[in-house]
Amino acid sequence: MLYIVIFFLFLAIVLYFLLGGADFGAGIIELFTSEDNKSRTRHTSYQAIGPVWEANHMWLIIAVVVMFVGFPVIYADMCTYLHIPLLIMLLGITARGTAFAFRNYDAIKGKKTQSFYNRIFVYSSFITPLFLGIIAGSAISRQIDLQATDFLSAYIYGWFNLFSISVGLFTVALSGYLAAIYLIGEANDDKDVHRFIRKAKLMNVLAVIFGGFVFLTAGLEKVRLAYFIFGNPISLIAVITASISLVILWIMINKGKRKIIRVFAAYQITMILLAVGYMHFPYFIMTKDGQNLSLLTLHAPTKTIDALGWGLFIGSFIILPSLFYLYYSFQKKDEII
Amino acid sequence: MAISLGFHIIYSCIGMVMPLFMAVSHYKWIKTGDRVYKNITQAWSKGVAIFFATGAVSGTILSFELGLLWPKFMEHAGPIFGMPFSLEGVAFFVEAIALGFFLYGWNRFNKWFHWFTGVLVGVSGVISGILVVSANSWMNSPSGFDYINGQYTNIDPIKAMFNSSWFSEALHMTLAAFMATGFAVAGIHALMIARKRNIKFHTKAFKIAIVFGAIAAILQPFSGDISAKNAAKKQPAKLAAMESYFHTQPYSPLVIGGIPDTAAKKVNYGIEIPGLLSLLVNDNFKQPVNALDKIPVQNQPPIAVTHIAFEIMIAIGSVMMLIGILYFIALWKKKSWLVKKWFLYLFILSTPFGFIAVEAGWTVTEVGRQPWIIQGVMRTSEAVTPMPGIHYSFYLFTVVYFTLSVAVIFLLSRQIKMVSKLYSH
Repeated sequence: MLYIVIFFLFLAIVLYFLLGGADFGAGIIELFTSEDNKSRTRHTSYQAIGPVWEANHMWLIIAVVVMFVGFPVIYADMCTYLHIPLLIMLLGITARGTAFAFRNYDAIKGKKTQSFYNRIFVYSSFITPLFLGIIAGSAISRQIDLQATDFLSAYIYGWFNLFSISVGLFTVALSGYLAAIYLIGEANDDKDVHRFIRKAKLMNVLAVIFGGFVFLTAGLEKVRLAYFIFGNPISLIAVITASISLVILWIMINKGKRKIIRVFAAYQITMILLAVGYMHFPYFIMTKDGQNLSLLTLHAPTKTIDALGWGLFIGSFIILPSLFYLYYSFQKKDEII
Repeated sequence: MAISLGFHIIYSCIGMVMPLFMAVSHYKWIKTGDRVYKNITQAWSKGVAIFFATGAVSGTILSFELGLLWPKFMEHAGPIFGMPFSLEGVAFFVEAIALGFFLYGWNRFNKWFHWFTGVLVGVSGVISGILVVSANSWMNSPSGFDYINGQYTNIDPIKAMFNSSWFSEALHMTLAAFMATGFAVAGIHALMIARKRNIKFHTKAFKIAIVFGAIAAILQPFSGDISAKNAAKKQPAKLAAMESYFHTQPYSPLVIGGIPDTAAKKVNYGIEIPGLLSLLVNDNFKQPVNALDKIPVQNQPPIAVTHIAFEIMIAIGSVMMLIGILYFIALWKKKSWLVKKWFLYLFILSTPFGFIAVEAGWTVTEVGRQPWIIQGVMRTSEAVTPMPGIHYSFYLFTVVYFTLSVAVIFLLSRQIKMVSKLYSH
């Protein structure tokens, strides 16, 4: 049962990166869009994510719940040592979600208020994945010091380091990339398609640059990332196939295939997460003193894990089909309208 | 944390009850074809969307806040009382999916399927609410584990979920949500009727909301009685503080009103009804109820706050029950009252009542449990995060919730203002 729970934890994290990431990305794309085209982008992304964005963010809640029910010690440590970035991420999520809802449900579409919501929306869409990435980076950075006695090394340096920040920027670029790829399939005319393709290219380039930073800073801060990734066959295969799929993706775009490319983009992100997740498993948080927090030892008692596993298992039979039907229903809109 | 929850409780009450109002009016629209009902459904669905978005983010904040502020509590309690939270995650997910279908599904699906997704929003909302309350009730009557020498062993999450208070608390809270939301929504529509705006629209909306609110208000005292009996068994300190009942005695009195003087151990200016407390708790006049003198001082909650909050809740609850009864009298016997100014103003005046009572009740159950975070097992002071400067996080959360509330009120008022323009056809 423990492995089922761990499976759902990773599933929730991966899906949150993909779906939530694409959501944040829509805001990032809007941030990088020229004034003239902003409202067109906004319209497309509203059509694309309006019905599903609430559901996308539920994966985060699932992940958190699994953490605190199934792995309470890890959760408690994470919340203690990464208190500040978690707090900022939460602020981002709050600001973003409410700004998105409010700009659509404000009965009076005033110019000033709308631009106020928009500004909050785009900036929080940038900050949230940045800190999400910082948190993820910190988990594997070996900078979290459980023995720390002073404020700075306990609550700041654990996440405020070059490696974590590079991972944060990398996450931002990936989110933008996901969103651009997704929006290519949702665009209403050829002009928009080309605009989103350009954005996807830009984000792809940025992702490569920041990805380079990640390895560079990993070297500087002695996070043995390269060694881990290239040192085991599964992570290696994951990285190689992801690179191949990136090439296929760009060929597909040039051939005008606008929807299938999503699968490739999602595949790339999943492989990156798999590579990183696999190489660290069963450790969830790597700490400075080497007392890494393992999912296989620091879990809740068996009875709780069993109940949680069953809950998730049965719940997924309700959630996954209905979620799939939700996406499916709102994909068809081009044919109806 | 308390402040975050105080705000969250309002968002979630509305978020779980409004969809059901919406579903009723949607049903009437499908059945009667009266466009006004469609307009009401759509107007309310916007309110639901605003509250759901706010409730969802504030719920996300809370699920992190549990760990951010109380890591030691979550470390031990998570595996025990986490079960309802994980199921709540599932229910909440279903709610989000159903809401996506409902809000964006007009003219797209079979009308009964569309209606059903709206009902599902409400039903999964109510289920989420019950599950979360069940987690809270575990803190009041912990079960499903053994606490031996500071260790938590024999953990049984299912038993913890169905702890002895879950039913009484869940019933009380669900009825409270219906009461509070029903009266609040009805009050706003009553105000619009009184101002003679879109009378047809607001009258129909008023009726749906108040029927829910009034029925819940009439049922609530019975559930309150179950809750009090349960408190007497599981949390005698809380019950004694609620009643400001200092000295154990036969024919235990019920104190109405008054300001407790904890130093002198008596209540000033209150009305004592001898034997009534015994009757309510033990079903006879004579058998004594344990008072505060049976509880060591270091285990007593703040008495004045608990007592006054309790009195506020009871007073408002009773008034609401009377208004509810009055509404049914008007509906069946005195139709003419329904359009009278004084009658409308009664409801306008009671708009915030339900939520004041909810907040007071929340204060009773949380303050009344102090100094414990898990009744009899862990003290609140042992649970707080070791991080210094935690009060800054606390201020921050308070500011966030305050801002959210202001934004929600602003948006709702704009929605209400625009009713005549958006739904004139």
